[in-house]
Amino acid sequence: MALVEIRDLYTEFKTDQGIVKAVRGVSLDVNQGEALGIVGESGSGKSQTMYSLIGLLADNGYVAGGTFKFDGEDITPSSFPNERAYVEAMRKLRGDKMAMIFQDPMTFLNPVLKIGTQLVEPLLNHTDMTKAQARERALELMRLVGIPEAEKRIEQYPFEFSGGMRQRIVIAIALANNPKLVIADEPTTALDVTIQAQVLELIDELKKNTNSAIIMITHDLGVVAKLCDRIAIMYGGEIVEIGTDKEIFYEPKHPYTMGLINCISNPEDDSKEDLKPIPGSPPDLLDPPKGCPFVERCEKAMRVCKDFPPEVTTFSKTHQCSCWLTDERAKYNE
Amino acid sequence: MSENVILQVNNLKTYFDVTKGLFAPKQIVKAVDDVTFDVKEGETFGLVGESGCGKTTLGRTIVKLYEPAGGSITFEGKDVSKIKGADLKAFRKDMQMIFQDPYASLNPRMTVGEIIKEPMIIHNIYDTDEQREERAVELLKIVGLKPDHIRRYPAEFSGGQRQRIGIARSLAVNPKFIVCDEPISALDASIQAQVVNLLKTIQKEMNISYLFIAHDLSMVKYISDRIGVMYLGHIVELGPSNDVYHRPLHPYTSALLSAIPIPDPDQAKARNRIVLEGEVPSPINPPAGCPFCTRCPKATERCHTERPQPIEVGTRTVSCHLYEK
Repeated sequence: MALVEIRDLYTEFKTDQGIVKAVRGVSLDVNQGEALGIVGESGSGKSQTMYSLIGLLADNGYVAGGTFKFDGEDITPSSFPNERAYVEAMRKLRGDKMAMIFQDPMTFLNPVLKIGTQLVEPLLNHTDMTKAQARERALELMRLVGIPEAEKRIEQYPFEFSGGMRQRIVIAIALANNPKLVIADEPTTALDVTIQAQVLELIDELKKNTNSAIIMITHDLGVVAKLCDRIAIMYGGEIVEIGTDKEIFYEPKHPYTMGLINCISNPEDDSKEDLKPIPGSPPDLLDPPKGCPFVERCEKAMRVCKDFPPEVTTFSKTHQCSCWLTDERAKYNE
Repeated sequence: MSENVILQVNNLKTYFDVTKGLFAPKQIVKAVDDVTFDVKEGETFGLVGESGCGKTTLGRTIVKLYEPAGGSITFEGKDVSKIKGADLKAFRKDMQMIFQDPYASLNPRMTVGEIIKEPMIIHNIYDTDEQREERAVELLKIVGLKPDHIRRYPAEFSGGQRQRIGIARSLAVNPKFIVCDEPISALDASIQAQVVNLLKTIQKEMNISYLFIAHDLSMVKYISDRIGVMYLGHIVELGPSNDVYHRPLHPYTSALLSAIPIPDPDQAKARNRIVLEGEVPSPINPPAGCPFCTRCPKATERCHTERPQPIEVGTRTVSCHLYEK
């Protein structure tokens, strides 16, 4: 049984312009011990899918349909008797069995609390540890994420740490209770490359040493290539393709996946040939397209793509793609 | 690309006084310290480095948004580091800039047409508004927007489209040189390639030189003919982009390059990174010797006391004691 099961998720946001359909029918499994990358551009719904799962949607957002299972438990908001019971249950899970690493460590850490206070908080809230035990564990965590002079640093405030060190603290807080699931939302986007390398190295080590599942939300294909076992490509609120790292990079099936891979430059390649950009821009999710979300930008779009949403084609146990091009029936349609 | 040097920067220094309080000891940030390089006509010179290394300050000093504290900037044979008045205005026409944030660099209360026409008015390029309008429409077409976009406001455009408006504005005065300060880092991957290809096409057609500042090394390598690697206010290595990438000489360049995430699972997972210890020292109190000595895996006694001078190694200029004979 998978650790996380998301089935047919729809997430919407009420705005002044109307209802934004940010996530449209996402189904996804995450297994214990694996690293899954969710890749997409801004507005593709990659973050909102995960925020829906852990109950951290903004006030104007809500889950409009679908179910979640986490570690065998049903955590679909509508399965709880009332809002309060749901919020309470999620609060118990977050910081304990599931944890989150955010993009900007400075907005995650409380600037007026010592690092130590913030590190022991999840321990005191979710376990029976005494303050002294929690402090010991906090020091252990700081050493685990590679912070030198932990005894001295634990008494300091976030502003006394550099960007990379702060992100290490955020990771330490996430790991405090040996979570089964860690969701990392663009954890290295705010960091410089050499610091990004340090943090990615750290996450890679943690992946090997703990049995936590990691979900990595990112727009950077380089980051997922390094860290992830499986990759889901999101576009216009849908998962358009999912597969192992090798299937996605070496045998992409969806034109958007191919486009993404072609439009970034691999520094190992010396040819100064023009990059192939994907023309146009992503769809407006206030009024999402009826058929395939990528139809407006797709070079290979057919008549059927505009009017009917493509169904999932399975290439292997791990590799699926939603595209009419890979669907046998589309050929008769043309 | 020709061999004619259009921009020559010699020993350029930009310092900021950050002294706090009246009687406090003087504190100077040496954001750019002793930087020398040149850019040829029609060439793209890439400037890479991590945040705080001084690459943006260097770009802004060159377009004269900051006063240099020392050194010279020679543009088309004239020293522009001290110019004022009419000369400065003429210089500004030839030297344009594209900014990082397409949301902050366009006035939200001006239409796209007004934004693009404003530099033409300032520099008196056309006599009538019809001519300016015609040119603005032409520029919109060049950057891949539609002529009827001219009446719209920036808020109606996406990030990539706004960056195109910024490019059209910089082209409005027919510049010879454009400083591109992280022009693509605020954009999504599929849009980045659109903008980079546009910049390349414009360069081919109009023979404009670029100073391309970015922290994204793979994009810089792709667009640039030559690259300068900056660390703590210094250019530590400079040379043709393929050479620098494949055979880095300076230990910092090697570390920086090995940190680039490679978008290929086999290459990325097989690769061994040179993971640097620690972080960049404060530019208020930089190391006495080589700026990189505190993090360098190959540092010797000498590196901590004596600053390495730039030396030529083949096609490259590198500031490192390891390469002195």
